[in-house]
Amino acid sequence: MEQGYLNLESLWFALIGVLWIGYFFLEGFDFGVGVLLPFLGKDEVDRRIMVNTIGPVWDGNEVWLIVAGGATFAAFPEWYATLFSGFYLALFLILAALIFRGVAFEFRGKDRHPEWKRWWDRAIFWGSAIPALLWGVAFGNILRGVPIDANKEFVGSFFDLLNPYALFTGVTSLLLFTLHGAVFLTLKTDTELQIRARRIARTLAVPATLAVLGFLTWTFFNARENDGIVPGVIPIGALVAVAAVEWLLREKLDGWAFLATGLSIVLITATMFLNLYPRVMPSSLSAANDLTIWNASSTHYTLTVMTWVALIFTPIVLLYQGWTYWVFRKRIRRADVEEGVERSRDVEGFVPPPENPGGEAPSPA
Amino acid sequence: MDAFELARLQFAVTTIFHFFFVPLSIGLAFITAIMETAWVRTKNPEYLQMTKFWGKLFLINFALGVVTGIVQEFQFGMNWSAYSRFVGDIFGAPLAIEGLAAFFLESTFIGLWIFGWTRLSPRTHAATMWIVAFGTLLSAFFILAANAWMQHPVGYELNPETGRAELNDFFALMTNITAWSHFGHTILAALATGGMFVIGVSAWHLRRKPDSPVFRRSMTVALVVSLFASLGVAFSGHFQAQLVAKQQPMKTASAEALWETEQGAGFSLFAVGDVENGRNHINLQLPHLLSVLTTNTWNGEVQGINDVQAEYEERYGPGSYIPVVGVIYWTFRLMVGAGMLMILVSLVGLWYVRRGTLPKAIWFLRLAPLAIALPYLANSTGWIMTEMGRQPWVVFGVMLTRDAVSGSVGVGFVLTTLIGFTIIYGLLSIIDVYLLSRYARSEPPTVTEPSAERALVY
Repeated sequence: MEQGYLNLESLWFALIGVLWIGYFFLEGFDFGVGVLLPFLGKDEVDRRIMVNTIGPVWDGNEVWLIVAGGATFAAFPEWYATLFSGFYLALFLILAALIFRGVAFEFRGKDRHPEWKRWWDRAIFWGSAIPALLWGVAFGNILRGVPIDANKEFVGSFFDLLNPYALFTGVTSLLLFTLHGAVFLTLKTDTELQIRARRIARTLAVPATLAVLGFLTWTFFNARENDGIVPGVIPIGALVAVAAVEWLLREKLDGWAFLATGLSIVLITATMFLNLYPRVMPSSLSAANDLTIWNASSTHYTLTVMTWVALIFTPIVLLYQGWTYWVFRKRIRRADVEEGVERSRDVEGFVPPPENPGGEAPSPA
Repeated sequence: MDAFELARLQFAVTTIFHFFFVPLSIGLAFITAIMETAWVRTKNPEYLQMTKFWGKLFLINFALGVVTGIVQEFQFGMNWSAYSRFVGDIFGAPLAIEGLAAFFLESTFIGLWIFGWTRLSPRTHAATMWIVAFGTLLSAFFILAANAWMQHPVGYELNPETGRAELNDFFALMTNITAWSHFGHTILAALATGGMFVIGVSAWHLRRKPDSPVFRRSMTVALVVSLFASLGVAFSGHFQAQLVAKQQPMKTASAEALWETEQGAGFSLFAVGDVENGRNHINLQLPHLLSVLTTNTWNGEVQGINDVQAEYEERYGPGSYIPVVGVIYWTFRLMVGAGMLMILVSLVGLWYVRRGTLPKAIWFLRLAPLAIALPYLANSTGWIMTEMGRQPWVVFGVMLTRDAVSGSVGVGFVLTTLIGFTIIYGLLSIIDVYLLSRYARSEPPTVTEPSAERALVY
């Protein structure tokens, strides 16, 4: 068994941590926007604006998850196998939620029937709220440890996953992502919608801060019993960042507030990974059954190949994803939209066709 | 059914459904990119209208490909964790690379394409669709390289200490001849799918509005794409079949219902088999054709099922190594038949276009929309044949499918998610077909240039 930090196993553990950090930072705000859709979207124009603030980027954000999954498969197959087969039903719920949510963004505007939009809006809300909650529950369980036997198999039941600590972690992630989304909307919208977004963000900032405090304290007491790293300034930074949000919003420093919620998410995720290291999935049955970066990893050869691949592609990805955010940096103004709604009817031509195009009944199957 | 059979059924449901959307996405990405480039070059607004019309259909279809793709990435760990542990060292790499190199590219640039009409220059905007199309190619290659490794494992060794297959030659994995033959065949099939879709929809419009310039142009582009692609599918398929005959003779023998090894074997047109006793009741054949096709010689030897079975029992131990012959035999024939019809449709269509009488060829315009079903039939049956023909192996010659399933996942769990995914996918396909058929029958937009500022898209 190797020790120390300068090895490929540790590098890949860190890289997977970075992928989750990227995923939670980016998809965090688009989950938040989805959760807030029924609360902040007073009329159809509001709701369209909200969906369009994340329109160009949500799909790219979700790929961070897919790559995190793929990287785990490639670098730590045992971790991938135990995690995904062990958290089976929870993952099914997340997948179902993400499926409906993804389709909803694309499909909600494709039919003018109000009931059509209402159903897709529900899909966006639940499709955002369920994963925002369940990712927290999943990570809470990973941190806490789940029953894993000597064959690296999960031997617990679904209800083992619904323990207080994990559920509290889930509530924390839901609150934090929703706050992140509210601040994002404050940045990307104007007039009434922006005012409502800022108000709800300021309201959410207080329970989110308390939840982060509770989560970090609870984690600290858990962590003292295991041999993971107990990071000092990082969780404190996470707490300070989220605590500052309310004040930053009051001072209308919206950009700083967004950085603060983002920083809090980044630092909390980092705390979780540091606390786990060098384990990837502790066993609650016996420390001897812990999955670690050593007993769950791929061979050195595979890790070396994957390191080269990551070195080549990651900078390119960051470059063009950054460019997208630059291209779509503008706020979406309600006035433009209301004007645009009229114009898009005549010019753009993508108004859904009449009910019976060509005189034939549309065949839905 | 036990958890193993349910897990297989689930893989079949989720994968066939996913692959309903993928080929059309790949094909339409290229066709849309070609049209937009034509617009940038010529500034003829008809090309812009074509781009917008087909681009819309592309997006509806693409969304479903994306969301069903996430399931693909996760279900190896969920239902096939023993497999994941055993081959993760090899199989995980192409999956991770697919995400890093292809999914980021596709998802980011599709966002730029949808929302960037007025924020990017026309050139850059057209380039984003080309990048998406390129991303679909990358994605296809890496996932096919992963699958090809299951069909014909290379570049690995079995480590007795860890009890798993471990990668020792990444280059071999990437240059696996099976991967490249898969790739050529699949991409050409995807282009043919896109072509056939555009042909069918354009025909529907031309029957009602014979003068529509948008659909006349679309029809011509699609007929050309479809002819070359479907001919290419046939040739690459021939190459692939010869490769399979070498690598997995059992699959070839099953596809032909050939029980005993023969020299100068005939190509079976219609057979009724007796699987129990390993023979056919009825077998209509074209003499010598199978030998010619698989070995390029008149009297070449083609191995039969019973002989391969005997050979495998000797090599791998007792057990049945015969897949479900009836399924392999008929899926192969359906695939080839559908492919032949696609070539025919493209040839007939182009003949009318050349003579300038397409709008009058009512029978063709009536039948062409039905031809949209052909590539879907061929794509699905082709994969069913490829995957079921490999059974009982999950990794050919290395791991049995039965040993690949998750040990810790109970039958109730698998059943729950199987029912769940089936309901979700069933629902989505109804919605998708509704939307696609509705938008496919709508009038193309009357735009002459990208709109001034369009604040909202969704």
